[in-house]
Amino acid sequence: MFSQNPIMNGPNYSFNDAPPKANAPEGARQHRFDPYTDNGGSTLAIAGADFTIMAGDTRLTSGYSINSRYHPKVFKIGGTTADQHDATLVLSVVGFAADGEALKERLDTICKMYRYRHGKPMSVKACAQRLSTILYQKRFFPYYAYAILGGLDDEGRGAVYSYDPVGSYEREQCRAGGAAASLIMPFLDNQVNFKNQYVPGSGEGHALQERERNPLSRGAVEILVKDAFDGAVERHIEVGDGLQMMVITKNGIEEILQPLKRD
Amino acid sequence: MDHRPQAWGRPRDDVYGAYDGSYFQNSGPKFATQSPVVTGTSVIAIKFKDGVVIAADNLASYGSLARFTNVKRLRVFLDTTVVGFGGDVSDMQYLDRHLNELAIDESYENDTTETAAATTTSSSDPSSTSTQTPNNPAGSLNAANLHKYLQKLLYRRRNDFDPLWNHILVAGLDASSKPFLASVDLRGTAFTSPSLATGFGAALAQPIMRRYAATEEDAAKLTREQAVDIIKECMKVLFYRDARSLDKYSIAVVTKDGVELKEEEQLEKQSWAFAERIHGYGTQTV
Amino acid sequence: MFRNNYDNDSVTFSPQGRIFQVEYAAEAVKQGSVVVGIASKTHAVLVAFKRNAEELSSYQKKLFAIDEHVGIAIAGLTSDARVLSNFMKQQCLGHRLTYGRNMPVRGLVDMIGSKAQINTQHYGKRPYGVGLLVAGVDEQGPHLFEFQPSGMTEEMVAFAIGARSQMARTYLEKNLDAFADCGREELVRHGLKALKESLVQDRELTIENTSVGIAGVSKSKEDGSSVVEPFKVFDGQEVNAWIESVADDKEGGGDAAGEGEGMDVDA
Repeated sequence: MFSQNPIMNGPNYSFNDAPPKANAPEGARQHRFDPYTDNGGSTLAIAGADFTIMAGDTRLTSGYSINSRYHPKVFKIGGTTADQHDATLVLSVVGFAADGEALKERLDTICKMYRYRHGKPMSVKACAQRLSTILYQKRFFPYYAYAILGGLDDEGRGAVYSYDPVGSYEREQCRAGGAAASLIMPFLDNQVNFKNQYVPGSGEGHALQERERNPLSRGAVEILVKDAFDGAVERHIEVGDGLQMMVITKNGIEEILQPLKRD
Repeated sequence: MDHRPQAWGRPRDDVYGAYDGSYFQNSGPKFATQSPVVTGTSVIAIKFKDGVVIAADNLASYGSLARFTNVKRLRVFLDTTVVGFGGDVSDMQYLDRHLNELAIDESYENDTTETAAATTTSSSDPSSTSTQTPNNPAGSLNAANLHKYLQKLLYRRRNDFDPLWNHILVAGLDASSKPFLASVDLRGTAFTSPSLATGFGAALAQPIMRRYAATEEDAAKLTREQAVDIIKECMKVLFYRDARSLDKYSIAVVTKDGVELKEEEQLEKQSWAFAERIHGYGTQTV
Repeated sequence: MFRNNYDNDSVTFSPQGRIFQVEYAAEAVKQGSVVVGIASKTHAVLVAFKRNAEELSSYQKKLFAIDEHVGIAIAGLTSDARVLSNFMKQQCLGHRLTYGRNMPVRGLVDMIGSKAQINTQHYGKRPYGVGLLVAGVDEQGPHLFEFQPSGMTEEMVAFAIGARSQMARTYLEKNLDAFADCGREELVRHGLKALKESLVQDRELTIENTSVGIAGVSKSKEDGSSVVEPFKVFDGQEVNAWIESVADDKEGGGDAAGEGEGMDVDA
């Protein structure tokens, strides 16, 4: 452009407003913004005969740093007020903390609107389906959070629904999520669902009889949860500081805080 | 020399190379901030018995160049809250203007001079009315409210892939007038702790602060003087070890009586004797 | 034929400078049954007289909880009120999400004021046919606001809107000075007494036709922060005690503590 410069072979000036396509070097921009981080931590939920226990540690990390020793991952959902005194559901989120927080607030708002419109709290089943939809709506820019929803079903039995970040979900007896999920889940399989436990002397091979599954008491589950987290704290650096437990019964939701190792 | 007006003010190709006009294009893909440019380093803060101490140095770096040496990175909001900015300075200035607007709106909203409640209560017993500082009448945004707002703002921007490249500390009091300290980063991740530090401070200052305030209970035992001393000690350690830091810094103390902000502090009692003993890298030949 | 050349829409002034459509909307408010609101230094209460279309039908709801700290009483078209109620609910939730606090009541009322005003200035739009009393508590304490279809909003110490509400207002004016220091129960009784003033002859307050809504705020004993008593609507058996306490034969009797100072109610 403007090659008819008055001075032959004089300097050229840039009038080019279109981006030069060919000469933009490949990968010229070195820092691309990564919208996600993993904030560590672990969660756990166990459904009993007439109660559900949701638990999570309270450490928030990024990389090798501990950002906070008290950052709850387990939340009461769908009460009519900010203090959630009349809530019936509990949600735990672990993964990217900002997404978890956003997810929690969206679900809470939806439950509040449901109560405003229908004059009654949302059932776990309905809320579980809705949570799946919310997660899937962001299928191509997901909430990077592993959610677990707990409550009591229509018959008053403990209910736990677990999710992947894009909304696949199922109802389960128990589930561990987050950094130490792979450490805790096998322990739960054995202790809650009695996997690999057989009646002594019942035979060999196919004749082996599985130990009969019977629902655990609340006290037993509370101990189980504490043991699971004590184990996780020993073996995973992103887990520790505090253990937050929510016990959902027909009388309401009780919150229990216990210390974990802070190393 | 090119005398045509079209060429005036244009960069010469032989001096600057062909001009990349992609910055001016307004069609096609939009390039949001992909990295910070002029940056501030650590902000550190610690809670004490009746408030929070927060500090940040006065340096704005351009890469490794100490570019601006008098940049104030602590900002007072409504006379009751201090916001400390680490990260991109232009984004900090954008947020500063935004917070100004918010503060003005908030002041209008809470102008109580003409409400009926004000007229009925004025005649009766004054003990029921709470103490109010002039620029922060009861009901205007406190530090906790402001932190929540900033978290939403930064999270929204990260969702748009157009982040505000900052890591922010908010220091002040919450709704029940207890010390409040919280952080939010460019992804909208928010958390609170008895002591907080951004950037290098998380590695260098936070361990020192946690020695004195490992828990909320410990922090609630600290006096104002102790807290200020801890922060000053941390600023010194940061200056020793963080190459993008400065010995001139700002420090603010927030209590229910308001904000005391000092913006021209100088690091005192430095001792570089330790540097003699550092071996293994740098310019030493032995 | 039209009675009036200037009342076909809400964008045309009459030569006298009136907008008839807006005035008609204000008339719709007067068709609704009466609601009363009072604010003290600690509480804001709403009381309402519910009507049923016929013996066999249920009573039309008059009080709505908007958020944990705000509620409204309506007089006029219930369906229009529901639109405003939904809008206010959304705003309160949104405010709580972004700031983590109760939405200031004045800000909320200003928003519905602006929303209603737009309807009075655009061709093809219709003003809301409903008036509201908005009662709530925020960090500045309890509030009571009046809202009219014109978009007018005003903070009140006590007020009544709806059919025959002038009588209730007269009662309120007479007892104005007592309200600021009233306790929760006393304030409700004042509201019910004002409500009774506006009843048609031979009508009584019953547990079927009376609603009470209360929001309150108090200072916590531990740290002096404000503790909110969430807005709650009381219906049916829950309002029985209050109704009985203001029954005609008990008036002036002072069956409850703190009652009776200067509340000479002429029947």
